[in-house]
Amino acid sequence: MEAKEKKPLEKVCMICAKGSLEDVYATLVMANGAVMEGIETKVFFTFFGLDGITKKAMNHLHTATTGNPAMRMPGGLPFPTMLGGLPGIESAVSSMMRKQMEELDMPPVDEFLELITAGGGEIYACKLAMDMFKLELKDLSDEVSGILTIGDFYEMCDGDRTQIIFT
Amino acid sequence: MAEKTIAGKQVNVSEEGYMEDMSQWNEDVAKEIANEIGIELTDKHFEVLNYLRDKTAAGESLSIRSVGKSGVVDVKGLYKLFPKGPLKFSSKIAGIPKPTSCI
Repeated sequence: MEAKEKKPLEKVCMICAKGSLEDVYATLVMANGAVMEGIETKVFFTFFGLDGITKKAMNHLHTATTGNPAMRMPGGLPFPTMLGGLPGIESAVSSMMRKQMEELDMPPVDEFLELITAGGGEIYACKLAMDMFKLELKDLSDEVSGILTIGDFYEMCDGDRTQIIFT
Repeated sequence: MAEKTIAGKQVNVSEEGYMEDMSQWNEDVAKEIANEIGIELTDKHFEVLNYLRDKTAAGESLSIRSVGKSGVVDVKGLYKLFPKGPLKFSSKIAGIPKPTSCI
């Protein structure tokens, strides 16, 4: 039998385009995990994903309580869609989720970004989306390395053991 | 499970090389495992290793965040001591099981 040579990943480039709690955290967990494995890591936040690196929004992300069939009441009963639409529900559910995540040692977003950059991971914002939402670099977390066009980002994604992940 | 001789000592290790019995650990074993990874251990390294061993002995699971908040070392410092494997390499050298946390 031929022994297969292992070809470990050398670089991951991640794109986060959505701003819900779970989308941003999926990106952050995977990015931090890659950094901890010694993999070169670049994360590109675009469109609503920019909320994940915007100072004002990043620690108050919400999860959708309507249009989310996987949403359950505490205890596992289905979560009625009508209830999800009531004022304050989304906010309350989201803060409950953040609390549960904190218990599992998942840090708030600002601290999570610090974890990633402490290990050498790099975080970027999309220029087009920044213009669209009228944001400036000063509105973003200090952990952001810069604002890029998608062309700049692709240039960073070179190498034959590189993967691009869209979350 | 396999037996391996590290620094003249017979130890039980997992397939990935993590020690399975932390009582078989000593500083020479640590130095040899670190050597294989390419890390030369300093006093600061041992301070972290002993912290990891104490926490594991107490039954606490470790994450990079909790180690970073331990007061022993911050996250940046941990990456500096154990490049490319702040939790994995340090656990391996500390003679404790492979970390199970994703963070």
